[in-house]
Amino acid sequence: MPEAGLLAILPMNEIVFFLNKVVIAGFIIGSVYALGAVGVTLIFGILRFAHFPHGDMMTAGAFVALVLLWIFPGAGAAVGLPTAFVLMPIAMAVTALFAVGLDRTFYRPMRKAGVKPVVMVMTSIGVMLMMQGLLRLFAGTGTRQLYVDTDAKDIYRIPLGGRDLVITEPQLLLFATTIVAVVALHLFLTRSRMGKAMRAVSDNPDLARVSGISIDHVVRTTWLIAGALAAAGGTLLALDVTLKPDLSYNIILPIFAAAIVGGVGQPYGAIAGGLLVGFSETLAVFNWSVLLRPLRPYLPEFIEIPAKLAFVPTEYKIVVPFFILVAVLIWRPTGIFKGRVNI
Amino acid sequence: MPLLEMTNIHGGYGGANILNGVSIAIDADQIGVIVGPNGAGKSTTLKALFGLLKVGEGSVVFDGRTVTNMAPEKLVLEGLSYVPQEFNVFPTMSVEENLEMGAYVRRDGFRHLIDQVYGFFPPLKDKRRQPAGELSGGQRQMVAIGRALMTEPRLLLLDEPTAGLSPRYMGEIFDRIIAVNKAGVGILMVEQNARQALALAHRGFVLAGGQNRFTGTGAELLADPDVAKSFLGGGADHA
Amino acid sequence: MSPSLREAGLFAGLALLVAGIFAWLGAAYGVRMLAEAACYAIIALGLTIQWGYAGLFNVGLMGFVAIAAFTTVLVSFPVNDAFWQGDGPVMLGQVALTLVIGVAVTILLSRSTRIGLPKGLRTALTLVAAAITYLAVQGQLDPAATLIEREAGFVGGLGLPVWMGWVAGGLVAGLLGWAMGRITLGLRADYMAIATLGIAEIVKAFLKNADWLTRGTLTVSPLPWPVPTPQELGFVASRSAYLAVTAVMIVVLYVLLERAWHSPWGRMMRAIRDNEVSAAAMGKDINRRRLEMFIVGNFIIGLGGAALITFTTIFDPSSFAPLNHTFLIWVMVILGGAGNNLGAIFGALLVYVIWIMSEPVAVFLFTTAEQWGESLFGWEAPSDLYTRALQMRVFVIGLTITLVLRFAPKGLLPEKVVKYD
Ligand SMILES: Nc1ncnc2c1ncn2[C@@H]1O[C@H](COP(=O)(O)OP(=O)(O)OP(=O)(O)O)[C@@H](O)[C@H]1O
Ligand SMILES: [Mg+2]
Repeated sequence: MPEAGLLAILPMNEIVFFLNKVVIAGFIIGSVYALGAVGVTLIFGILRFAHFPHGDMMTAGAFVALVLLWIFPGAGAAVGLPTAFVLMPIAMAVTALFAVGLDRTFYRPMRKAGVKPVVMVMTSIGVMLMMQGLLRLFAGTGTRQLYVDTDAKDIYRIPLGGRDLVITEPQLLLFATTIVAVVALHLFLTRSRMGKAMRAVSDNPDLARVSGISIDHVVRTTWLIAGALAAAGGTLLALDVTLKPDLSYNIILPIFAAAIVGGVGQPYGAIAGGLLVGFSETLAVFNWSVLLRPLRPYLPEFIEIPAKLAFVPTEYKIVVPFFILVAVLIWRPTGIFKGRVNI
Repeated sequence: MPLLEMTNIHGGYGGANILNGVSIAIDADQIGVIVGPNGAGKSTTLKALFGLLKVGEGSVVFDGRTVTNMAPEKLVLEGLSYVPQEFNVFPTMSVEENLEMGAYVRRDGFRHLIDQVYGFFPPLKDKRRQPAGELSGGQRQMVAIGRALMTEPRLLLLDEPTAGLSPRYMGEIFDRIIAVNKAGVGILMVEQNARQALALAHRGFVLAGGQNRFTGTGAELLADPDVAKSFLGGGADHA
Repeated sequence: MSPSLREAGLFAGLALLVAGIFAWLGAAYGVRMLAEAACYAIIALGLTIQWGYAGLFNVGLMGFVAIAAFTTVLVSFPVNDAFWQGDGPVMLGQVALTLVIGVAVTILLSRSTRIGLPKGLRTALTLVAAAITYLAVQGQLDPAATLIEREAGFVGGLGLPVWMGWVAGGLVAGLLGWAMGRITLGLRADYMAIATLGIAEIVKAFLKNADWLTRGTLTVSPLPWPVPTPQELGFVASRSAYLAVTAVMIVVLYVLLERAWHSPWGRMMRAIRDNEVSAAAMGKDINRRRLEMFIVGNFIIGLGGAALITFTTIFDPSSFAPLNHTFLIWVMVILGGAGNNLGAIFGALLVYVIWIMSEPVAVFLFTTAEQWGESLFGWEAPSDLYTRALQMRVFVIGLTITLVLRFAPKGLLPEKVVKYD
């Protein structure tokens, strides 16, 4: 059996470690970025400004899930899934409405006044500070769990020779949600009247207007989708790790990077961009020595394998999305999928 | 009673007025053509008519109803439709989706209208799945006009539908426009190719400096030596 | 009301407010507040150049402040003999050598199309060279850093006069601004905001983690002052001297900026800001002019940042809260009146006084609410109520930004329309 022979000489232990640390971890964080970046890119495409509070909207969505968790602690046990996940659709709906409310209160008046895009961005930063202040005011700065006692955080171990491939339940749920969201979004944008109207406004707002498309409806739908996806991303991220108010802070730059890499205004690009940024992060902080060590016997003496050989130390992870962002801005400002909104 | 009657329109983009008294009237089923030098306010006239800029003075009456300064989304429902001079398609959307967007305000079925547009513009039928941004200039212009026809307008406003097209395409587009008009749609178009356009116009308007200089039937204007001397450039654009 | 009357009125009101604080909390406190506010005013002047004059959206203020403050530490902190006598300098020299060689090779390779290499190969070679340089530098730096941290703590400073440190800080901030500007100035404002936000984060991450260079979370103190310290003169006198230094800086900057603003150069800048399209049509190289603005603004921001951190006497990389403080300064500029230098100064003083006073006010409000809640409803307040109360201030910054932009976009002292004949 040549296959078994091949398996035997392969350093399975190390490869599985790589799969766990890079592929799975990258896919997970990439999915979270993707869920956020889709919202950012839609808002950018329709409203033409970078929505800075998006990370906080994700955090807010997770907090909505937390509050729901206190109100209906038994919801999960009935279905056999984590309670927060079962309640997530409600959290998504609440956050979606909240996003529409934000628009009504803060952005629409500015839009009607016809301010420059940069003033919109600044307003959005004002909103971001308000949200951060409120979140910390009500929730403190501590860390919370989105799990209740009756939930069991299932961990699946898939044996693959040496080490096990490890996937947790929230991670599986995150994959599933991301895929469902992507498919649903695709169908919406290509099949429904409103979805097509959204693409039309993103393509050419003036022509959309003279075609009789109601910009107000399109804008409202955009916020609904962006808010719902943000809540899903935030809740699932908080389920996988923990929930804290500054969840948003480390996430906004990668999300912008993902949206710009994918080409602003391009939902599919944003998803690809999210995964790209996620994988780049895990690849960059991965300790390559782990994979090199099994090669020791085959390498010449004078090459020494350092204990730690990562492109970027973990403390500097923030550099990765930034570097991607700058690289894209320099070489291809329209993004790899040719975004429409530029200059 | 004319289908459209714009009387003594004044207006601009916020600064000084661009239009200083433009008057335009055409009957149902007619083709009206606006010509004039660059910057004369031709596009601005169409925009003022379609509610895209504020009319300060004067009135617009469409089919007996005063529609001065009505919002474009409402005018679409009144039976007006507008094709801008540039950026007049949704570039990433397919030809058919472009047409669907034209029918956005309709709540009834519009399949037959799409087929009707393909009837007017046969080349579009083969390209129905292709993004409009990837079409040739002439085909894009067809998509733009087709999009505007999807609401079954009674008056179609066209801003330089043949701009930048080769003479062959220009003739084709004019033929199509006549066909659309024959089907019962009134047309008001701005044209740079003044001779050809006036030749097919029932009514012609020569604008300069935001005012009417000459008004008459297409044939009258073509025959008028003053018009020919100042605005038709001695026949250089015979095609 | 005429503009000058308005100015006089607003400044008089501010003076009254400050006088009240002096009377209430004492001169030492009042002078400290004013000195800090003066440093913020310098930073605000820098920002008003970028935003008010050129319409540039810099969200990374605190990154530039932090890098300038760090440069000051490096230049004017006393010499660390343990570092210079150890192996550290030699090892760092090797790192620098590797870096220079690597960068030179990379640059040469990136130009290699001139000797006829195909483009794809050139790009590949350049990337490989950059990666090798990076890994080699990192590989050499790690042991050097460990050694320095073990032997000497950190590299220490050069022991030069403080003013040199400030100027150097401004220059480094300007240099970083030049690099950022080259990348983002041609793009839309949103991208610039995102990129500057990223730079601020990276600068902070670097300063926080490069212990061998900055002592990281261990912080560096006491930073030398340009004037005699409180130990020598007492609080009031020493802080007043510091305040005098910063006030002179403000006056000098103000005069220079006003003159520039009323010169043909200033007119060109306004033309560019107000109508990019026609300015471009007149053949002005817009992005070059904006780059100049961005660099000059950053220099001043760095200067003010260095002065601010020097005043606090402690360099603590983790204290640079990128967003909150950045937008505190933004509020100063837009509330004061973007494009009006006097407005920036006024806004800085007013907002800083309010900001400082809001801390006791917030805490007072929350403890009162806590007591009421407890006695009326038996509500048990969370133990971290104090820190939470302070979050209220972040909320208020955000609210102020949105309100000013919406209802008073020109600020309290609007930009004066300059007329030419
Ligand atoms: N959006 C706008 N804002 C301000 N002024 C405008 C705008 N659009 C056009 N103008 C000005 O209005 C005047 C008339 O422009 P208009 O586009 O109506 O001319 P036109 O007759 O259509 O010319 P052309 O043959 O070049 O299309 C011009 O002086 C132009 O500069
Ligand atoms: Mg025109």
